[in-house]
Amino acid sequence: MIVARDDTLVIRNPDDVVRVRQEVRARAVAAGFGLVDQTKIVTAASELARNTLDYGGGGKARIEVVQNGARKGLRLTFEDQGPGIPDVELALKDGYTTGGGLGLGLSGARRLSNEFQIHSVVGEGTRVTIARWK
Amino acid sequence: MATILSSILEAHDGEVLAQWLVALKASGGTGGGRIKEGELQTQCRHFLDALRQALATAKNSDGNIQGAAFEDVRELLADVSRSRAAQGFSPTETASFVFSLKQPLFERLRQELGGDTARIVDESWQATQVLDQLGLYTTEIHQKSREDIVARQQAEIAELSTPVVKLWHGILALPLIGTLDSARTQVVMENLLQSIVDQGAEIAIIDITGVPTVDTLVAQHLLKTIAAARLMGADCIVSGIRPQIAQTMVHLGVELNVVSKASLADAFALALQRTGRTVVRSKLAGTLAART
Ligand SMILES: Nc1ncnc2c1ncn2[C@@H]1O[C@H](COP(=O)(O)OP(=O)(O)OP(=O)(O)O)[C@@H](O)[C@H]1O
Ligand SMILES: [Mg+2]
Repeated sequence: MIVARDDTLVIRNPDDVVRVRQEVRARAVAAGFGLVDQTKIVTAASELARNTLDYGGGGKARIEVVQNGARKGLRLTFEDQGPGIPDVELALKDGYTTGGGLGLGLSGARRLSNEFQIHSVVGEGTRVTIARWK
Repeated sequence: MATILSSILEAHDGEVLAQWLVALKASGGTGGGRIKEGELQTQCRHFLDALRQALATAKNSDGNIQGAAFEDVRELLADVSRSRAAQGFSPTETASFVFSLKQPLFERLRQELGGDTARIVDESWQATQVLDQLGLYTTEIHQKSREDIVARQQAEIAELSTPVVKLWHGILALPLIGTLDSARTQVVMENLLQSIVDQGAEIAIIDITGVPTVDTLVAQHLLKTIAAARLMGADCIVSGIRPQIAQTMVHLGVELNVVSKASLADAFALALQRTGRTVVRSKLAGTLAART
């Protein structure tokens, strides 16, 4: 797999979440994603960026444009050094929230992506990687 | 403190002013002619006056411009800086108002003190200290004014882009445009609820055609608004959910549990119907249309 482009953005405030969305949208358009795929990956990015900010206390978003043979795609990695998630299984349940949200962000992001990996260690932080192919 | 400077400004004010104006224009301090000659001269003359008085009255010799002696100078510079920020001057263009005074002043110092090199160095150093601080002060005020301008514009945009429109008696529309960050969404929600109360509205149409991303946060804001509107006695209709947004919402698992319509027009037609009204084409217009 070839990485054609690789950018990292910081997530420190709500404006940064907006910037992550805009950047992901721009990359998706450039990669030739259709409207539906664009909307799905941007929305997933929005969810994960906001979790990074709200629960992880801020962190980074890495946006990679990848190519696997003839397939183009986007791979996004959200990383924080926050408290971590004690029960990832539970956090991925629809409706589970500790922050008064809808509890649909994490599970929704998984449904909106073709690939989804989460790695979280209590006291160390959380890293979520998703990919969506054209 | 640097009394030699104040006496120079006293005795040679006309000359210093003339040379300063030349230096100011050369260094781009007029923002490419954005400022009128007359206004510029007045600003410069007032500044020289204030500076002379400040230098004459300041007691300490450390060149601190924060003291009471420099109050008028600071006030004047703040005015100059603010008006330039509003006119779109860059920080450099703004600061050169002060920095361009160095050359004519040093020139004068050299002439006054003749061959006394030690004193020239000493006096120039003191003058530099004062002018540098004043220059930095203008940049500081400039930046502050720009921040104020941006903050004001943001507040204006927040207000501007959340208009609640009365479509008919008892029917309101809220066309949402742009990113629904939390600060603005709060304004949106309050505006709508207030209008519902003020106008005794029965139906509120929330149009999201202009919202690029509907994520769980946006959905939650919508849900809260819909629930609050219901408590105020109004039903909501959501319009303008584009196909790609609808698909994404399904994947997210978000359900708004309200009637939704593809367009604002469709939502309006439904609202009229629900409030016991129908729209019919007038016979006259019909025959006219048929003839043409
Ligand atoms: N980066 C993170 N660090 C720590 N905890 C997290 C992180 N991301 C998610 N969580 C936990 O997982 C829960 C579920 O996340 P999810 O995004 O699904 O819901 P939510 O953020 O609470 O609500 P919303 O529906 O608005 O996204 C959160 O409430 C939080 O407890
Ligand atoms: Mg979330």
